[in-house]
Amino acid sequence: MIEPVTAIAGTMAPLPRAQVDTDQIIPKEFLKRVDRTGFGDFLFYDWAHDAEGELDPEFVLNRAEYQGARVLVAGPDFGSGSSREHAPWALSDWGFQAVIAPSLGDIFRSNCSKIGLLAVELPERVVGSLLRIADEDPTALVEIDLEAQTVTAPGLSERFEIDPFSKHMMLNGLDEIDLTLQNEAAIAEHELSRPAFLPTV
Amino acid sequence: MSKPLSLFDKLWERHVVGAGTDEPDLLFVDLHLVHEVTSPQAFEGLRLAGRRVRRPDLTLATADHGTPTIDRALGITDPLSRQQVETLLANCADAGITVFGPDDPRNGIVHVIGPEQGATQPGMTIVCGDSHTSTHGAFGALAFGIGTSEVEHVLATQTIRQRKPRSMTVTVEGRLARGVTAKDLVMGIIAQIGFAGGAGHVIEYRGQAIARLTMEERMTVCNMSIEAGARSGLIAPDDTTFSYIQGRPYAPSGAAWGEAVAYWSSLPSDEGASFDAEIVVDAPALAPFVSWGTNPAQAVPVTSKVPSPDSFDDPHLREAAVRALAYMDLQAGTPITEITLDRVFIGSCANARVSDLRAAASVIRGRRVHPDVGAMVVPGSGLVRQEAEAEGLDKVFTEAGFEWREPGCSMCLGMNPDILAPGERCASTSNRNFEGRQGRGGRTHLVSPPMAAAAAIAGHLVDIRDWE
Repeated sequence: MIEPVTAIAGTMAPLPRAQVDTDQIIPKEFLKRVDRTGFGDFLFYDWAHDAEGELDPEFVLNRAEYQGARVLVAGPDFGSGSSREHAPWALSDWGFQAVIAPSLGDIFRSNCSKIGLLAVELPERVVGSLLRIADEDPTALVEIDLEAQTVTAPGLSERFEIDPFSKHMMLNGLDEIDLTLQNEAAIAEHELSRPAFLPTV
Repeated sequence: MSKPLSLFDKLWERHVVGAGTDEPDLLFVDLHLVHEVTSPQAFEGLRLAGRRVRRPDLTLATADHGTPTIDRALGITDPLSRQQVETLLANCADAGITVFGPDDPRNGIVHVIGPEQGATQPGMTIVCGDSHTSTHGAFGALAFGIGTSEVEHVLATQTIRQRKPRSMTVTVEGRLARGVTAKDLVMGIIAQIGFAGGAGHVIEYRGQAIARLTMEERMTVCNMSIEAGARSGLIAPDDTTFSYIQGRPYAPSGAAWGEAVAYWSSLPSDEGASFDAEIVVDAPALAPFVSWGTNPAQAVPVTSKVPSPDSFDDPHLREAAVRALAYMDLQAGTPITEITLDRVFIGSCANARVSDLRAAASVIRGRRVHPDVGAMVVPGSGLVRQEAEAEGLDKVFTEAGFEWREPGCSMCLGMNPDILAPGERCASTSNRNFEGRQGRGGRTHLVSPPMAAAAAIAGHLVDIRDWE
């Protein structure tokens, strides 16, 4: 069961790169676990570690001032590519509660909503401001109010759009399968109406 | 007269299982494909909640991502990959799901085996925890990738909750020139519409050049829809589709065949159907494509040079180009055909069906792989491998110095031991060239099967149209 998400407050980590695909968020060699947790150490692994596997102290998530960040701010098309839910799992395990970017991969956005990781799309100029704020003052706080659909940071307050269904599910921490199973009669009815030539495997 | 509907509209409407007012539609799923990497947590979730798999008879599983392509008899040596595959086999046994395990001759890449078995048919909804599920759209099926939480939802309910995406047509007029394949066509389309140009959309590919494609070529095109950010790709079913399906294990037969064909024939978009975006591509103008960067949209015709970041107006594309050239260790202005290679990979759900292997074999007969190049062929399935061997293609490859492997995803994503060493440069028939995709520090150039095969012989990228 996911925990309800209402408001998030914390510091930001800036990742001012465009087109970050899920292969970068968590490389394939770390997808072999059969659990939902334990992926945080592998977040952005190839960027966070040098060729010998040592932590790169320059990478944003390794810098002391960004430890404890709760919101990742990134460039456009964040989370494109592979459908791996391990990407939001790794972000969540690391400690992020939200991702803000000008645009997000479709499957990634959906995966985030299922696990209670708030994925927020804001116009490029707003994300640019957040990146600047996070870069200049790593202690700057950002607040995201899901109910009101607002992001507030020093000198900045913006409303964001979110799918009303995702919002409802996250605010209440609802189980989507439970909800769908309430449609049992409609599903059963559809099953009876399917053409007989459709394959069973 | 009723409103003209697109193929996509019809597929959507016929699968909606009741919709709430403010809720996304609940779509019935006709086929759920499952593999070992994105399913274990979903089965575990079901167990924890005391739920069961609703329709094991509409669920088909295979092990492909982490399976080894050599020494299969020795089993999987990587303990984590072995655990994933064993977990899949146990979960499928528990739930009564048909699974093509590593020892099954039908084993192979999930997007190769669905069509091969005739389980992929027009008019269906098909989902899988894999973004290249768009492949199945080649049959006029609505097919898209989902995450693991959604896999669990489909296992439990046989439905998926989705907002209807927007629609886009990509109309490809004219005829592809000799040497220009379906891979080049889709890479050209992606280069034209951009890395996220299809985001939020389902693309219907149409036009003369699409209608002329074989089913295997159509699968290559639909496979890479996600590389333009699209949810899925679609091609209207026609006689090419029907004759591909007929006689396959899960295909309808007897009286059901006629009913199915009648239904499938009703699916193509009606005259006058409307779309949210329309793109036109000129097929005769396309050349073989090669990717130079770290996403599939960073690609150019083989006759071009590596572009300068300054040639991009968009600051994000410019910055991405700077990063890509550094990662790829390429200089702007270098002719594509002067790029030398260390490895060649022929495989993946984009290009590992038997026609891909035939096309690759046809350009290497009687030649030898360049001494500086390591080249391998990984068939898309055990049955593709058998068919290729029956035609003697394996001999053509091995006599030229290619390794002839067991089926699987292999070096498309390198979850098994088939990876590039840091700094190695590879011509690959796969669908993604992201940083580290084929191995950390590895450099991928996406190409068609004949382009990959010829490059293995030459030791550098070549224009297949000049190949003697």
